[in-house]
Order: sequence, then structure tokens, then C-alpha cells
Amino acid sequence: MAQDTDMKEEIQLVIFHLGAEEYAFDILMVQEIKRMTDITRVPHTPEYIKGVINLRGSVLPVLDLKIRMNLPETPITEDTRIIIIKMEKVLVGMLVDSVSEVVTINSSEIELPQGNSGIVAENYVSGIGKIDQRLLIILDPRFIVDLV
Amino acid sequence: MDVSQYLVLFLEEAREHLQSLNQCLLELENDPTDLSVLDEIFRSAHTIKGMSATMGYTDIAELTHNMENVLDLLRKDQLKANHVIIDVLFQCVDTLERLVEDVANNENSETDVKGLIQQLSALTKETGAEPLPIVQEQVQVQKQPYLLSAFNETNLTDTEIKMIASAEKQGLSAFEIQVNLREDCLLKSARAYMVMNVAEELGDVIKTVPGTEDLENGNFDQQFQIILLTSANQEKVREEILSISEIETVNVLACIVSELSIEKKAIEPDTIQKTAVIPNFEDVHVPEDKVDVTPVRANTATHEKRLKGGQSVRVDIDKLDNLLNLVGELVINKTRLEQIGTSHRLGDLTETIEQIDRVTTDLQSVVMKVRMVPVGQVFNRFPRMVRDLSHELGKEINLIIQGEETELDRTVIDEIGDPLVHLLRNAVDHGIERIEERQAVGKDPVGEVRLIARHEGNNVVIMVEDDGKGINASSIKEKALQKGFITKTDADKMDEKELLHLLFLPGFSTAATVTDISGRGVGMDAVKTKIESLGGTVEIETKVGSGSKFKIRLPLTLAIIQALLVQVSQEIYAIPLSSIDSTIHLQPEDIKTVQNQEVILLRGQIIPIVRLGTVLNIPADQKEQNDLFIVIVHTGQQRAGIIVNDLIGQQEIVIKSLGNLLKGIKVIAGATILGNGQVALILDVSSLMK
Repeated sequence: MAQDTDMKEEIQLVIFHLGAEEYAFDILMVQEIKRMTDITRVPHTPEYIKGVINLRGSVLPVLDLKIRMNLPETPITEDTRIIIIKMEKVLVGMLVDSVSEVVTINSSEIELPQGNSGIVAENYVSGIGKIDQRLLIILDPRFIVDLV
Repeated sequence: MDVSQYLVLFLEEAREHLQSLNQCLLELENDPTDLSVLDEIFRSAHTIKGMSATMGYTDIAELTHNMENVLDLLRKDQLKANHVIIDVLFQCVDTLERLVEDVANNENSETDVKGLIQQLSALTKETGAEPLPIVQEQVQVQKQPYLLSAFNETNLTDTEIKMIASAEKQGLSAFEIQVNLREDCLLKSARAYMVMNVAEELGDVIKTVPGTEDLENGNFDQQFQIILLTSANQEKVREEILSISEIETVNVLACIVSELSIEKKAIEPDTIQKTAVIPNFEDVHVPEDKVDVTPVRANTATHEKRLKGGQSVRVDIDKLDNLLNLVGELVINKTRLEQIGTSHRLGDLTETIEQIDRVTTDLQSVVMKVRMVPVGQVFNRFPRMVRDLSHELGKEINLIIQGEETELDRTVIDEIGDPLVHLLRNAVDHGIERIEERQAVGKDPVGEVRLIARHEGNNVVIMVEDDGKGINASSIKEKALQKGFITKTDADKMDEKELLHLLFLPGFSTAATVTDISGRGVGMDAVKTKIESLGGTVEIETKVGSGSKFKIRLPLTLAIIQALLVQVSQEIYAIPLSSIDSTIHLQPEDIKTVQNQEVILLRGQIIPIVRLGTVLNIPADQKEQNDLFIVIVHTGQQRAGIIVNDLIGQQEIVIKSLGNLLKGIKVIAGATILGNGQVALILDVSSLMK
């Protein structure tokens, strides 16, 4: 067995769907994945803030990623999930159409975003991962929330 | 030396001792002969000196050392506590406070202690007495020189030798303690720290070999020595230290200083003593019975105090907040269980829930009590403040504090200080008249300011009262007219109470002249805003010629409140019960429109209407309701009616924050979790009215 030095650089990604496209978050930022639950609307907030939910006694905001990224809206289904993202001082939920799997990828397989890649909302993209024929758009939640 | 881990402790204790210094000095000023107060002051100063020296804050240590010199003379009746001395001591305390705050803010202190030290030295010089231990006496002490194994006397500074010698005179014994740790001891520094702790409980540690820094870092072999001044006997010291685990042996030896070394050192005082007065031998006239028992008593008292302190625990406020959160969650889940019990008609479950209910209610009240702090913590600093202010203004004022044991939630305590400072300053500056004025109208020349706290139902009431000249409503009226706050027609319609409330308008000040102390017109509205943000209210009562009274009403806690749940379309909101006057039931045609503003008439009063649906952009229900529920709310004197679709009921709710991301949303004060797990938002009534 070859001790590949690149082994250390492997990262795990949580893959989720927004419409027809596949996106991913670094698993280290994901605290948990929750089924759709009651969301309480909060007045006087931007449209992409769906409201707040009760996560075992704490109240935390939920963002609709599709609205945030200017993607067309889709109805809420059985597959709809809330990905709870943990950042330094902020705990926030991200509403996505579905979560499919966790993949391991070598960091050498990740390309940094180019200036004009044509991806929607490229401000939030931290890299593009390639696995076989698939292209995964890796989002950085910090970019998504910082602008809130 | 890495002392950062003790920094928090140091700051807390230093602040406590400074507080007590302030308080005791005030007492001493009132009764300069009270020896027990002097002892207390001496003890506090001494503790601060010890702590700061250990932490390496030389300025603080040096200043307190010089304070001790003066205090010592006072205690021995060689100096009389006159106002000059007390003023200097007060200045010292102020300087110490600044120094300690500099430490807290991690700033390099620019506070100069030299001037004060000189003043202190001058005070000691006046008596002609030598500062700390009297050298001449020690020479007369006949004792066998004892060769210390680790502390060859040359290693001791002359201060240390003097400390040992003077301790002996006070009936304390000095011990050299040799501690051998076990070979397999893993955390040497921790054990050393524990030994130091035990030793410090027994008395004062004046030296360690190796130094404290090395001890803390574990830079020593299995053995170390300390020199301890204590009132305990040899055997007790030995036992106490042996009770720590991983200690092989403890040797406690009496340590006696040879007179020779003192004499020698006394001629060449070391640097610490430089600022103190070099003893003038001819002038020393010390009575033989000078060695009184007071210091010994003082020491045992300190020990008792310390032991007592061991029964309480200092807890980080964050941990308490966490505990409160957990209890809050328990309350929420209990409500949920209750709902299941009733909706499924489960008799057994309901019974068990009743038990749980009792336990959680108790638990909640205990946790709330733990967070409670006596208002005395805030009140403590006021006697000093009032004293300084009245001296400055040339007034004589007697501050009477009552009910300082009344308890309030920690969060409220932290916020209440500033508003009270404003009110007290106002009372002292504007309320109480000058001495001549008081005499002219036949009042006691000494003014009286009362600060009273007490419980009233689910509230705590704090009152600031003065017996001064009162507030003249008509002068407020003139002022308000002059500043353009109100129109003439409005003013004529206002009654006295309404006029008084004009005081709380931003930028209002009735003081004819702006003084250094108050009257800049920023005070009262800040007071009102602060109190209201705490969910409280302020009222004024005044009578021209005989004084005014400011009454602050505060909720006991901010974390759990009573609220009314209301429904608007499909959404549920909570309105704090404290801001609700009443709820009424109306027909749509009862709502009138005056100048584009919807109003209702309630008992002859016109009340503006707020439609929650519009303010909160709630998607409207299609059907027009025939019955309207209106919740009449108030902030201060203002009232408004909130239209809702339905009243759900009154409930105890736990306030949760919306988090960093959503903070600062108007009209929403926070969120809470309902029995069914759903989140409901809490309305901010005061912002609804704007």
C-alpha cells in the first residue's frame, strides 16, 4: 500500500440539491441535517430569511438557499431538508431541496473558482470538485451569511 | 511569571476589598475611634498588598504598603484619624481603583503613586514614629540566633526580617516549612499551589524557596520551603499541609531571626523602604505595652472569614445562564407533556405531570434565586459618591440606605447602577438646598437623601427620595415652552403629573446653571430609557418645598415573563403582560378615524389603534371579522390598542434571543418556544407605538 502524502488532504463533502444542480458544503461546517419543520416567519427581514425554528430549545434562523442564490423556487416536498451550519458565533439553518450523500474527495481534485465560470451566485463558491463525471459546486456558508 | 490564570480572581478580590475599604473609610470618618473598622481597613489593605505583590503589580503593592504604615499608626493611637488623613486615604483608594482597572483593561498604568506615597510618608513623619516595625525594639528582643537551613538570613531582605520580627511581637509565630513531595508526584506545581493555599489560609506566606514563579511552573526538585507567619501552632500547620495528597514529609521549624542581622540591615534600608521615613532613633517613644493583642484578633477574624468564604462558590455567570436555559427547556417540555396528557385524557400521565410540575417549579425558583444578587452590591458605592459630591458642593447630606438586602436578577443589577447614579446626583445637586437656604426656611441644615429598595408583589421598587426643594411644575412648563417641547395650548391642558413627565424628554434640564455634576440635560431621558429597556417604569412624586421622590419599579427577572399569547391570521405572538392594561371586545364600527389615524374611545380617552397585520406584514385573512379583540398596551403614559384576531391565553414564557443574525429587528423583542415546540415571537410594545 502506497503511503500517499495527499491522503492527508482529503476532505468530506455533504452533497445537496438545489433544483437540478448539485452543491456541497464542507462537512466540518455541518452540525446536523434536519427534516422540514415548522418555520415561524419573522417580519421585517429579507425575503430569503424563511424565519426561525426551534432546535432543541434554541431559536435559530433558516435561510432559503434558492432565494439567496437567485435560483427558481421549488415546492417543499418530503425530501426537503434543513442543513444546520455551525460557524464561529452563528448557528443557522439552510433550506435545500434534498441531501443525497457524503463523499470523500482529495483536495487536489478541487479547483478554485475562476472569475467567469458562469455559475450563479459565484460569490458564495469556494471551489469546484470533480468526482468522475460529476461537478460539485462547493459553497462556503461564511460567504452566504456574511452578506446577510 | 504567568499569573494570567489568577487574574480574574485577583481582580474580583481586589474590587471587593476596595469596596470594603471605601465603606470602612466612610464609617471611620463618622466614628474615628472605632478600632474594629480600622482593623477591617488594615486587613483589606494588607490583602491587596499581598495579592498585588504576588501578581507583580508593584505600584499597587507599594501604595498599599505605605497605607499600612499610616493605618498602623492610627491603630496604635499614635495618629488621630482627622479628615486630612481620611481624605488622603480616600485618594489612595481612588488611585488603587484606577490601578486595578488599568490591570483589568490590560493597560500600562500611567497613574502615578509617588505623590500619594509622599503624602502618606509625611503623615507618618508627623508623629515621629517609625513606619512599620520599630527597629530599636527588635534589637532588645533576646533570642537565640537560629541558622535557617534554606533561608540563610542573608537571603532574606530586611523587610522580610522585619516582618518576621514584628509578627513575633504580635504573638504570631514564624515557621519555616519544608515540604517534600513524593517521588511519583505528577503535578508538582499543582501540589505546590495547594500547599500555598493551605498556608495562606493559616496565615501569611512571606517567602518561598524557590520563588513563587518557579513553584508555579514546577521548576523544583521534590522539595521546597516556605516561610509562614501564623497564629496556628506548629502541629496544626504540619497536619494541615500533610492532609494534601502526594506529600512525603513536612518539616515545620520555628524560625527566629537573629538581632544582629536586623541591626545591620536597619542602617541600609533596601529599596522598598526608600520612600518611607528612615527611623529617627531619638524620637521613638514606644510604650512598653505597645504590643497589644488586636493584631492577633484581627488575624483570627480573617481566618474565620476565609473559612466561611469556603462555603460559598464562585460561579461563572455563563454557567448560570446555561443552567437557566436548561430549566427553561424543561419548563417548555413540561407544558408539552401537559398538552399531551389533556388531549389524550391520560389520567396516569396527568398525575405524574403534576409531580413534575412541582419539581420544575421548585427548580426554576431555585435557579432564579441563585441568579439573584442583593442590590447592596450596587448601593455600596453610593455613600462614597454622595460624600464626595456634598463636600464638593458645600452641602451637608445624610444618605440613608434601606433594603440593600433586596435581591434582583444579576442582569438587572448590572444595568441599574447608571440610572441610580443620575438620580442620586440630581437629588444632591438640585434637590437638596444649600445650608443657608435650608436654615432660612427652617429646615434641618443637614439634608437627607434616602435610597430605599423593597419588594412589591412581583416587582422590586427602588426609590430615591430627598427632602430638598422639590420640583416646581410651573417652572417645568415655562422651560418646556421656552425650549419648544410643547405648545401653549398643550401646556395649559396638562396636569401636574404630565408636566413632571416632561422632565424625561431628551434635552430637558431645569437647572438654571449647568454644573459639573448634573444639569447637562442628558440625564433623565437616559434614566427612563434604561429603566424601560429593563421592563421597568419610573414615577415622580414631588412637593415644592419638601422634596421629591423617584420611584423605579423593576421586574424580578428578565429571563422568564408572563405573557399574553394572541393570534393574528395564522401567526401567534406574545405580548408581555407587564405592558398590558386590559383587553376589550369591539365591533368594527367602534373604530373611528381622526386625522388619518384610527382610534377608539375607551372610558372617555382617545386611544390610537395599531393593526398588527399591517405592521408585521402578515398575509391577511380573507374573511372580515365581526368581533375584534383589542389589547390595550402602555409604555409610560402612552397607550395604544392592538387589534388581534384571537386571544389564546396567558402563559409563562422563556425569553430566547433571535441570535446574532437577526438582532435589531424592530417591533420584535425576542422569541419563545411554545408548548407544541413552535416558535412564537415576542412583540416589543414600545416600538409598536412609534
